[in-house]
Amino acid sequence: MTLNALLQIAMYLAVLGLCVRPLGLFMARVHEGRIPLGMGFLRPVERLIYRVCRVDATVEMDWRRYAWALLWFSFVGILVVHAVQRLQGVLPWNPEGLPAVSSDSSINTAVSFVTNTNWQGYSGETTMSYLTQSVALTVQNFVSAAAGMAVLVALVRGFVRRTAGTIGNFWVDLTRSVVYILLPLSAILALALVSQGVVQTFAASREVRLLEAAAGPDGAAATQRIAVGPAASQVAIKQLGTNGGGFFNVNSAHPLENPTPLSNFLQVLAILLIPAALCLTFGEMVGDRRQGWALLAAMSVLFVAMLALTVAAESRGNPVLDALGVSPTGGNMEGKEVRFGAANSALWAVATTAASNGSVNAMHDSFNPLGGLAAMWLMQLGEVVFGGVGSGLYGMLAFALVAVFLAGLMVGRTPEYLGKKIGAFEMKMASLVILLPCAMVLVGTAFAVMLPQGKAGVFNPGPHGFSEVLYALSSASNNNGSAFAGLGANTPFYNGLLGLAMLVGRFGVMIPILAIAGSLAAKKSVPVGPGTLPTHTPLFVFLLVSVVVAVGALSFFPALALGPIVEQLLLPS
Amino acid sequence: MKEDFRTAVLMLTVLTGLTGVAYPLAVTAVAQLVFPSQSGGGLVVRGGEALGSSLIGQPFREPRYFWGRPSATSPTPYNAGASAGSNLGPLNPALRQNVRARIDEVRGGDPSVGRIPVDLVTASGSGLDPHISPEAAEVQVPRVAKARGKSEDEVRRLVARHVEGRQFGLLGEPRVNVLLLNLALDEATPTP
Repeated sequence: MTLNALLQIAMYLAVLGLCVRPLGLFMARVHEGRIPLGMGFLRPVERLIYRVCRVDATVEMDWRRYAWALLWFSFVGILVVHAVQRLQGVLPWNPEGLPAVSSDSSINTAVSFVTNTNWQGYSGETTMSYLTQSVALTVQNFVSAAAGMAVLVALVRGFVRRTAGTIGNFWVDLTRSVVYILLPLSAILALALVSQGVVQTFAASREVRLLEAAAGPDGAAATQRIAVGPAASQVAIKQLGTNGGGFFNVNSAHPLENPTPLSNFLQVLAILLIPAALCLTFGEMVGDRRQGWALLAAMSVLFVAMLALTVAAESRGNPVLDALGVSPTGGNMEGKEVRFGAANSALWAVATTAASNGSVNAMHDSFNPLGGLAAMWLMQLGEVVFGGVGSGLYGMLAFALVAVFLAGLMVGRTPEYLGKKIGAFEMKMASLVILLPCAMVLVGTAFAVMLPQGKAGVFNPGPHGFSEVLYALSSASNNNGSAFAGLGANTPFYNGLLGLAMLVGRFGVMIPILAIAGSLAAKKSVPVGPGTLPTHTPLFVFLLVSVVVAVGALSFFPALALGPIVEQLLLPS
Repeated sequence: MKEDFRTAVLMLTVLTGLTGVAYPLAVTAVAQLVFPSQSGGGLVVRGGEALGSSLIGQPFREPRYFWGRPSATSPTPYNAGASAGSNLGPLNPALRQNVRARIDEVRGGDPSVGRIPVDLVTASGSGLDPHISPEAAEVQVPRVAKARGKSEDEVRRLVARHVEGRQFGLLGEPRVNVLLLNLALDEATPTP
């Protein structure tokens, strides 16, 4: 690792750290209905949405109704995204004349974008019309992130309220997340990205003559058709909403999606921005900011550890190539872009898999084994190290409940968190939140590597091929969306299996979380006593990190041993 | 419940209008007004003709041009209509074979090349990487100078003018835009 790599990473962490508090407090005000100064001009937009949709913003919902509203909204979203893809051939904004998407691929993509996963079995520039990218995919980039934030806010209300029957109004939480948070931030980021060269146009692709015009012996084309499109507007929300679905096939490795080191910095900052700041939103809303800082600290510890591993792995060249006479100083550059280099590619890989973002600026399939391992494991932890917008923090809060429960067992006291007694019901639900995605990863991988349809998709030979399948299931079941992209996943088998995994990872987690919210809201608050475990101390941070690591390591070590670990052992030293 | 279904349909419709139509159109309008060149894909226009995009690499294999990164796009390299990386794992025998063939190609152009900069023989992530490292440009200077009948120092000075440093001296990696460098080469030494 070079000094410059260290400086770039230090600056990244510093800027992120500076943004956390103001943005976190801003979002707390939005969700408490105290619209922050300067955002009043958006109030008419909010009110108009309620009027058109006939929403009474003063009516609150119990957790079941909240869950039904979420499920209906997601269901309608899947239908619409599917329909637009199937009909895009006859719809406008399609200058390349792209035909309808196949039915299994379009259902997979619809589920993928509605669940905030943005797994992409398709290649953007050769599959999706500008209309599909805008009115189907960009919309879900916004609303799936907003839905995640809504569920988080509902859970926080569960901690805050006492003997209450309701946890908020889903439509209000959804609308406020979009109007006051996601939309303004996206507009600013989109324009900043355009200034760096991210393309934003509804014009058709351009054909240019190649400088070395004579066709070579391998038949190299004498012209180059450059795919363009309204990319910047989608890229901005893809990063801010932890969606990650690229406009182009290679996502943010594409020079028109991520052209400069500054555009790269802004995008990788946007990946962690909202998930990190939501920790402070949580602290502010429960009336004790230290609680938010403690969760942020636990996330940061895991993040920095995985970052160190990945940067070390990628800054070192591939020893196989070194032996052929390649200079190792540039790092492992297969699948990476020169403007980013090994350090920024490693930073991005860790940020995008720590958050359930899943965009890439380098091809993870070509990472050295330990780099790939870090990315995979961060997803397998349940996307709780920052995680998705809303979903990361409510996942981490489920782990916090398990941590206080374990501490309670040690001293023989009823566990409590933020003044709420944690009973059997909450523990059952928290266990579901943690175990359902784990089970989906492992059972799904086992199925895929046993069936011929599963094995048919594998691209690389040896343990790396197993890693491709394990990575895909880890990514889908935890709603990340990145891939070891060699895997040929655009088949009915993988579109179906991974679609199921995404649904389990999204709603199998959200519904138990809302159940916890409802149950906690109905409880009385117990006063802090001498036997209460303080949950803002370094001791609790250590306990929480230990629980996350123990669950992640115990569940996945055997599977990882068959993939990246054995691959690392096979590398010549 | 039926009421919530109706609200879901209305809500998605309204939010589609806001985030799927108004937002991208507004961003496009402002972008084209304020950043007309950047928003259109960074086209390099000389004498009214678009010679390519400064952000999208082109394939070069003649000795008189600097070569860019190997590209894994199909069916031809640097297919800017279908970006792709190789996705070859670090131990994949195909990676080793490809890199060996590329090393032979580089040495075929100039047998005196020593250890080869890694970016010159590994496929980029996008298949469209417009840049190479300054080291990868340096090892090609003797070949290009010979093919153009110029002194190495002359070519080296041109390369040095095209090295882009880290942004703000900190971000990213130093790099050379291959298309812009080759355009400048052609301007400096017109070839028949």
